[in-house]
Amino acid sequence: MPASRSQKRPVWMEKPNPVVQVLKFVVLGVCVLLVIIPFWSIVATSIADQQTINASGGGMVMWPDGISLNAYSAVLGGGVVTRAVIISVAITVIGTLLSLATTAGLAYWLSRPGAVAARPVLFLLLGAVLFAPGIIPSYLVVKELNLLDTYASLILPVMVNAFNVIVMRAFFQDLPQELFESAAIDGASSATVLLKIVLPLSKAVLAVIGLFYAVAYWNAFFNAMLYIQSSEKWPMALVLRTYVVNQTTIGGDQVAITEALPPQLSLQMATLVIAIVPILIVYPFLQRHFAKGVMIGAVKG
Amino acid sequence: MSARSKAPSPPAVASTGSRASAEALPTPQPGTTARRRRRLHRDAILLLVLGLPGAVALIVFQYLPLLGNVIAFQDYQPYLGLTESDWVGFANFSFLWDGNPEFLNALKNTLILTVIQTVLVFPIPLVLALLLNSLAGERLKRLLQSILYLPHFLSWVIVVAIFQQMLGNAGMLNTFLVQQDLPIVRIIGVPDLFMALITSQAIWKDAGWGTIIFLAALSRIDQEQYEASAVDGATAWQRLINITLPALKGLFILLLILRLGSSLSVGFEQIILQQGPVGLQASEVLDTWVYNNGVLGGDWGMSAAVGLVKSVVGLVLVIGANKLAHMFGERGVYQK
Repeated sequence: MPASRSQKRPVWMEKPNPVVQVLKFVVLGVCVLLVIIPFWSIVATSIADQQTINASGGGMVMWPDGISLNAYSAVLGGGVVTRAVIISVAITVIGTLLSLATTAGLAYWLSRPGAVAARPVLFLLLGAVLFAPGIIPSYLVVKELNLLDTYASLILPVMVNAFNVIVMRAFFQDLPQELFESAAIDGASSATVLLKIVLPLSKAVLAVIGLFYAVAYWNAFFNAMLYIQSSEKWPMALVLRTYVVNQTTIGGDQVAITEALPPQLSLQMATLVIAIVPILIVYPFLQRHFAKGVMIGAVKG
Repeated sequence: MSARSKAPSPPAVASTGSRASAEALPTPQPGTTARRRRRLHRDAILLLVLGLPGAVALIVFQYLPLLGNVIAFQDYQPYLGLTESDWVGFANFSFLWDGNPEFLNALKNTLILTVIQTVLVFPIPLVLALLLNSLAGERLKRLLQSILYLPHFLSWVIVVAIFQQMLGNAGMLNTFLVQQDLPIVRIIGVPDLFMALITSQAIWKDAGWGTIIFLAALSRIDQEQYEASAVDGATAWQRLINITLPALKGLFILLLILRLGSSLSVGFEQIILQQGPVGLQASEVLDTWVYNNGVLGGDWGMSAAVGLVKSVVGLVLVIGANKLAHMFGERGVYQK
């Protein structure tokens, strides 16, 4: 993308019509506000104290008069939400590491010229991108493997994403072939080449794909709903559904009580914020790279 | 690609070389070729070991389920298992011809949502992308993109929760209306508004993200075309109609084909989360029907049959649409 083009209006382009210009900014401004206001309001409500919420008629708050972090200390001090956060973090970390290892291994195998059985496996990958297995058959596979109601059922079925393998393979193939040749002449095994040459050169793509996996694990709802039966194994998404979407009352048993139970709404919004914050933290890193990732997939897929 | 332009870190290569070179430098001896072949062989196995876990996971969780589809032809009982359950032929597929009202309702809702989402959700990212693309400042454009992409990364649970807090009966909109002494507007949990709600959630979550692929395509259009046509007196509108849109045609067709393939799957997570208050009549779609009927209701065989028909129809649609695209001289998703 030539940077100079967008900086200034080219000579041949006519002066922009002020009406159109204003309209454009109004439309984009509205779009941006539609995204920002909900976030703002959720955070504001989560830190609002009882008086502020009462003043707004028990509803959402745009500007908290009194700030209180009681909702957070109650929700994070132990109880349902705390346990769900720990479970979700553990699944996200372990799942992402496993996903990266298996995805990189598979992509590396398929990227080497003359690797055994690479073509049929590549075919399987493309098929997996085009159609998803049905709900019932997937459930049966997990059930037959005795994985129902285990944490493994939240990781293994989604561990390898075919699209990510294809993106990573394309990246590996783009590495200069001379490196592989010189390493082979020096007698390096394919594992050495992977560890010492391919992976260090692929930090960027590993980071992006790792982040994509991490976001998917953190957000995972469907598999949890399908496979997890006991409520003490609930990850964050199921807690959110029960206590925020279905508005089940968060009672004193579910949180660490300080003195008085903070307002229901604050507890719910604090839970929601806790679910959103990790995404917001990794988002800048993701954003720097994802355009590139999408492009590799689009061009070389 | 930044990593490519960077020089390969010399120390890594050098250290690999120095350690391995002692055994690798060939001294012409009779045993060398055999040893080399053995090493090559060992290396192929090593490569397999690295790749196999991923391949196994792919086969077990993407392709093994295809076998699970046999229960569509069985009277499947979980305690009997796949091997012991009775075979019933095509009895489970009776929904196709006996006019099962629940199935027809789910099918109707699915098709309506698909049409709405394709017609409405599809062009919005294009318009947004064109707006963003026409902005002068690169920095402003980046900032807007960052904000608009964000909702894509939130899960449906979060999006649904956010919509409830904004539009629900005690949500922000109604709090505001009450403060202004206006009557409240009921949006969440109203069956008649359910499809509108689902659609606006889909737009809120993914319209911004959808621009990314259009922006990429727009940045590849040769700028000299615009210059030449402007010199020839084309207005901005004419340039849009005659240069920009034709340049995006291939991409548009590609996206449409992909959309067709999943046209019978509309927002499972999104809908299952919100089914309670609005009832099944307004909200049931094929995927939720499969889940409610099969996993919750225990009618495994028929649910699997619906799922199977759904996948086959999706696959046929993709292949058919791709053929059609080829006939019109477009690239489509894959080549012949």
